[in-house]
Parts: sequence; structure tokens; C-alpha cells
Amino acid sequence: MSAEPLVDIRDLSFAYDRRVILAGVNIRIPRGKVVAIMGPSGCGKTTTLRLIGGQLKPTSGTVRVAGEVVHELDDAGLYRLRRRMGMLFQFGALFTDMSVYDNIAFQVREHTDLPEELIHDLVLMKLNAVGLRGAHRLMPAELSGGMARRVALARAIALDPISLSIVGQLIRTLNDALGASSIVVTHDVHESLKIVDYVYFVSEGHIVAEGSAEEIRKSVAPYVHQFVWGEADGPVPFHYPAPPYGEELMAQPGRPREWWS
Amino acid sequence: MSLAGLLRRLGAQVTGRIWRLGFASRFLLMTLLYSGMALRRLQLTLREIYFTGVLSLIIILVSGLFVGMVLGLQGYDTLQRYGSSEALGVLVALSLVRELGPVVAALLFASRAGSAITAEIGLMKATEQLSAMEMMAVNPIARVVAPRFWAGVVSMPLLAALFSALGVIGGYLVGVRLIGVDEGAFWSQMQAAVDFRQDIMNGVIKSVVFGAIVSWIAVFEGYDAEPTAEGVSRATTRTVVTSSLAILAADFVLTAFMFRGI
Repeated sequence: MSAEPLVDIRDLSFAYDRRVILAGVNIRIPRGKVVAIMGPSGCGKTTTLRLIGGQLKPTSGTVRVAGEVVHELDDAGLYRLRRRMGMLFQFGALFTDMSVYDNIAFQVREHTDLPEELIHDLVLMKLNAVGLRGAHRLMPAELSGGMARRVALARAIALDPISLSIVGQLIRTLNDALGASSIVVTHDVHESLKIVDYVYFVSEGHIVAEGSAEEIRKSVAPYVHQFVWGEADGPVPFHYPAPPYGEELMAQPGRPREWWS
Repeated sequence: MSLAGLLRRLGAQVTGRIWRLGFASRFLLMTLLYSGMALRRLQLTLREIYFTGVLSLIIILVSGLFVGMVLGLQGYDTLQRYGSSEALGVLVALSLVRELGPVVAALLFASRAGSAITAEIGLMKATEQLSAMEMMAVNPIARVVAPRFWAGVVSMPLLAALFSALGVIGGYLVGVRLIGVDEGAFWSQMQAAVDFRQDIMNGVIKSVVFGAIVSWIAVFEGYDAEPTAEGVSRATTRTVVTSSLAILAADFVLTAFMFRGI
């Protein structure tokens, strides 16, 4: 991987109060690449993304984006950095009181003094890239889930960002076209393995595996195998820790233990 | 439960409330600090004035009219026992501009507009719109919270004034048109007795304060809401309950200062 990564995460740890989410994570995201962070639900994927975006501060370790340590930036510095990032949320997070057009124009209007004619062209170009130019007058409530995410992607790339997060084939194309770098946070394994250059595998706050998509597909490490092949049970148990099933069913007060006898 | 346990729970409740008050005060300070955008880009605030103020007009105007009509009936009933039913205009106008206008309009404003502000901001938080805004390097306090806060502060005195105006008309309809109190006496006594600074301005000051209180509570509860359906519903309820109590408490304090010369 390249010598000067765009995002460089070193020994990153994070805890909510005493609940440890990430412990000593190292991730490097080179310029121009699409990197996936995968893992079971609750493993710390989204937390990692929020730490990169500066919405959370690490307990220890550093997150460096474009050479700047994110948690050491003041508000102005952080906002300056965020202007160069695009973040796509799981459910789109479109502004429900604005049309598709205004959603995409939002960031451009907030941060630039561009004339409205130019914003119009920019918005239509971004919408065209995601195939929704014809939908610019619709309100978010009128979009299907998939369309909403595509609009959110168009919004995330409105200012030609250095980094973004998304699931789907579109980012591969857009990433290459824009020369951006992307971080994909997902549990949609097969779809993402087709588009990413490199994968980090997180489990219980640690990086348990990393490698190219091909290496991950072939991996025999039990965690990775369970995840890639979608096995319900394995090193990551299907059941949340609980007392034995039969014992708990019978432990209800007032229920006769052997009513048939 | 043991006495110690009870005391511990009581203590935890009290310190919890004080923490929350501290958070809310810091939040208000942040809102004021980041108000530049709301005042510079006036169309943001005007849009919120439409949603909080203009859309509250119907409930405020209709309530004002009915309150005035009830005042007309009750006031006449009492005044005519002392043979001073001509003073009905004074009674209606003073009750409205000093007390009922600001207080009832603020209570209605809290339940109509305050709850809507809380629900809107709470849902924006629950659907990650505020997070998305933050990630787009736009401060949600400046862009979402401050315009709504100032819209409340501006709308409230206007709504209270309209409430009082409609109340006076209600009083007139019942007192003069229905019961037959002398029209000249109704208006002239009102004009002579109501003092612009002592009565009307104090009423305006009250409604500005109530507007700030309701808006503060509404935006804070929305921003602080737990990002779930139940969380938003609880926050909305808290907005209405807390702001209603705060309005009545603040009304007592303001009245004590304004009219008793303490």
C-alpha cells in the first residue's frame, strides 16, 4: 500500500464510558482507493467512521486525515477538513424539508457564493451521475429507499470530496472518475468485495483480518469465513449470552416444573 | 425501600435536574453565540416565523375571541352588582393586555409551536440529518436551532398582541352588542384607563420573555431528545409540560416586579 495514506489510523482506542468499542486499531487508506471496513453488527465500524469525521474523540491513539490529526483540530479546522469529506449515511439522512435539488445544492450554497445558474448545472451533473436527473423536483418522502441513497451519494460528492462512505457499484465508478478515496462501511459482504481494493475486518474492537478482496474471499480464519459465507453461528455466536434455553423457559414463577406428572 | 435508599434516589434526581439545567444553559449560550447566521440570512428566520407564528394564528385568534367573550360575560355579571357595568371595557382590556394575552397565548404557543419545534428537531436527530449537516461542515445550532429560537422570540409578542386584540373584540361583542353596555363608555373608559407603558409595554415584555422561554425549552428538548420514536415523544411531552410551568412561574415573578414595585 502507498507510503502516504490519506487516512492513517494508529493504535486507535475508543470507549463509551467503560464499554470498549475499539482497542488498538490500525488502518491505512491510500489515496484513490476504495477500502472496506467490515464486521458483524456492533463491532465498531460506524464508530471508526465517526472518529475519522471528528464527531467523536478517541480515548487514545490518532486519526490522521490528509496529514492532520483530527481530534487536535479546533472547530474551524475540523469544519475546513469536513468540507473536503462526503459522508453517506445508512439510510441517506436527506433533509426531509427540502427537495432533492435543494438537498444537493445545500452544501454548495452554504460554503460558496456561486451564482444560482452554476449551482443548477452542478446539481444536475451530480444527479446525472447517479441516474436521477429526472427526479430533482421530488421530495425525499417520494423516493424509494434505493433512490434516497443515490441522492444522498450525489449530495456526498457535491463538493468533490476526498473520502466517502457508501455501499454499491456506483462508488467504484464515481471514485475512479473523481479520483477520490472511499471508505466503505458495510456488512453487505459479497456486493462490496466486488468493488473494493482492500478490506479491514473488525471484530470486538480489533482488526482481526485484512487484505485484498481476493485474500479475504479465500481466507480460512474462522471469523472471516463465518462472515464472508454468511454462517449464522460460529466464532461470533448467533445468540446473545443467556442461561440455557430449557432452564429459562421453566424458570417462570408459578409455572409447574412437570405439569404432566 | 430504606430511608437511605430513598434519600439517595432523591439526591440523584435533584443532581440530575441540575445537570440538565446546566446543559440547557450552555445550549442557550451556544445558540446565542451562533445566532449570526440566523440574523444575517434573514430568510431562514422568516421561514421559521411562518411555521411557528403564522401557522399558529388560527388557534390564537379563535382562543382570543372566546376568552374575550367569556370575560365580557363574567365581567358584566360581577360589575353590575356594584353598578359599574360601564367599566367592562377597562376590565376586559386590562385583564387581557396585562395577564391573559401574554400568558394564555404563550401556553397555546407552547402546545402548538413548541411541541412542533421539538418534534422536528428530534426527528432530524433520529434520522441523522443533524449528523449529516455536521459532516457537511454546517453547524446545526447555527443552521437549525438559532433560526427557530429567534422565530419564537419574534412571533410570541405579535401573537400575544393579536390574542389581546381579538379578546377585546370578543368582550365588545358580548358586552356591548349582546348585553347592551353603553358603547361610548366601553371604549372611552378603556382608552382612559389603559396606560401604554404600565400596561401594554409590560405585557409586551412578558410575551417576549415567554417567547424566549418556550423557544429555548423547545429547541433544547428537541436537540437533546433520545433519537428514537419514544425519545421524541417523551421530549415533546416534556416541552409542553416544562414550558407551561415555566411560563406560569415566570409570570408570577414578572408580575411581582412590574406591578407591585418590589
